[in-house]
Amino acid sequence: MSEPLRPEDKIENGDRRAFLAATAAVAGTAVAPGVLLYGMAQAKPAEEAVSAKVRWGMLIDTSKCSTGCTDCVTACNTENGLAGKTGPQDSQWIRKVEIKNLQTGAKHSLPMPCQHCEHPPCVDVCPTGASFKRADGIVLVDRHICIGCRYCMMACPYKARSLVHEPLTDQNPEVPRGMGCVEACTFCVQRVDRDETPACVEACDAAGHKAMVFGNLNDPESEIAKTVKTYATTEVRADLNLNTGVRYQGI
Amino acid sequence: MKIAFREIEGKSQGYWGLLAVLAVLAALGVGSALYMEHHGHIVTGMDNQIVWGLPHVFAVFLIVAASGALNVASIATVFGKTLYKPLNRLSGLLAIALLAGGLMVLVLDLGRADRLIVAMTYYNFKSIFAWNVILYNGFFAIVIAYLWTMMDQKGQAWYKAVGTFAFVWRLILTTGTGSIFGFLVAREAYDAALLAPTFIVFSFNYGLAVFLLVLMGFYAGTGRALGDKMVNRMKNLLGVFIAASLYFVFVYHITNLYFTKHHGLEAFILMNGGIHTLLFWVGQIILGYLLPMAILFSPNLGNNRGWIALASLLAILGGLAQMYVTIIGGQAYPIEMFPGYEVSSSFYDGVVHAYSPSGLELMLGLGGVAVALILVAFAVKVLRFLPERLDDEIVSALHGAK
Repeated sequence: MSEPLRPEDKIENGDRRAFLAATAAVAGTAVAPGVLLYGMAQAKPAEEAVSAKVRWGMLIDTSKCSTGCTDCVTACNTENGLAGKTGPQDSQWIRKVEIKNLQTGAKHSLPMPCQHCEHPPCVDVCPTGASFKRADGIVLVDRHICIGCRYCMMACPYKARSLVHEPLTDQNPEVPRGMGCVEACTFCVQRVDRDETPACVEACDAAGHKAMVFGNLNDPESEIAKTVKTYATTEVRADLNLNTGVRYQGI
Repeated sequence: MKIAFREIEGKSQGYWGLLAVLAVLAALGVGSALYMEHHGHIVTGMDNQIVWGLPHVFAVFLIVAASGALNVASIATVFGKTLYKPLNRLSGLLAIALLAGGLMVLVLDLGRADRLIVAMTYYNFKSIFAWNVILYNGFFAIVIAYLWTMMDQKGQAWYKAVGTFAFVWRLILTTGTGSIFGFLVAREAYDAALLAPTFIVFSFNYGLAVFLLVLMGFYAGTGRALGDKMVNRMKNLLGVFIAASLYFVFVYHITNLYFTKHHGLEAFILMNGGIHTLLFWVGQIILGYLLPMAILFSPNLGNNRGWIALASLLAILGGLAQMYVTIIGGQAYPIEMFPGYEVSSSFYDGVVHAYSPSGLELMLGLGGVAVALILVAFAVKVLRFLPERLDDEIVSALHGAK
């Protein structure tokens, strides 16, 4: 079908081939890690809705969590634009809880964020539907329809929620908050949607404790799914059958 | 014998003085709410531990009393006691007024009171709060229709049907109010189905106490005749309702005392809870139940108008104490997340939460009471809510007519 090649064409083709090969090599080097990362993180395009195929969860190993360390709390405050004050009227999205067994004297230290229940009482009681659970299990407050009735705070068995008691300044544009509305840990949803881990987990890793693991409980290959399958883990107030997204090891 | 209803004259110094005092209280209440709205809840005594404070104590009391105030009308309409029929207009009026006052406090205490329209347009039907929004609005509509059947010739054919519907509605409404707490699984003081019927019994008690006081107040103030036959029947009924309240409170605590896991909570309320223990024993039990019962059932004091008024007032104060212990006490006792462990954190885990209400909260609560009373005082001046006379002669005639 094609015309026979002329000698001068051969020379030109040879150059072109070399050029193409070089280009491909350069492009490949540049793109490959990205493609590889894309595959590892199973990222979804921004326009795609979150789906119930994913259930975000957090596993906290209290044996690795050190008493007095509050790196996760500090990181949360920085990421989400919280002042970090600890008065009775100040917001705390994650707190360090120290517990001591009254019989044995055993002490544990553990971080306590919103537990992101599968059946969240805060969502059940919210009159307007401002408290809601995303398909991927993250429990959030819609700041536009929260009327500040605080019924969710009455209903939460973990005391995970705070009311914004005073006017706010210097907010993180990615984390809208508002006076008179209720708020809580969002699992750093803005980071999770960019395929990053929550700020608290990152800080715990950076401090070398690695007490917090974040991941997709529905993905059998994820570290969190493998660990909860292998080792005994605990839900706080498991008697309530809320199937929390946050689980603990070592208590 | 036909009952004549007439507006009160409402020209006396006493009447305008009463309205002036109430108007000042209402203005202070609204002013407090505006101040809170501007500065945020930081200016109140409420915080992330005690999320519902004194405004809720007043609001829930008024809402519970509202449904109870309708009982007098229900006794006449549903249970056919014609003796009470002359009082059913005031009963309906008080129900509406108390609910309006209570809802005003509840709404103005919201973090975002400006978003009231959101509460009216977005509904999560799994929320008992959302149901209550519908139940409250429905209550207004039904009781207004009920009053129309009482006061307009054209409505009389519907009187029994609407009255029965209003009675059923008010029972559902108070079930809803009690279930605000009953459906809370998180806190030990709540999470009990018993709270719904308990709140219904409380409503009988508080509603009748308010009704008696208002009735005696207006008749004394306007010099109209109010015979002992009417008052004594109602004060006996109040005594029974107070006894029933005491019974339900007893069952609630005896149940908790039987369950070992609730011993901590019970010790807190009954023995070492400071202000909550004091308010429970002195406020709710002694002043709210035992003392008024002793007065009302006493052969001497129970026939004296002043003592009956005092007993009614005590029942109301006892009701406010009960709401304080239920609402604030229930939150002050820490949530038990780790049974068998001693717990501490920067977020006040494991400790009894302190609460000192600010003056703003008290003014908002009293503002709601004032608005309710203004509505009543104004309505009896412009419409025919009160019978001209309720002396023993007319009451006997009515009693015989049943």
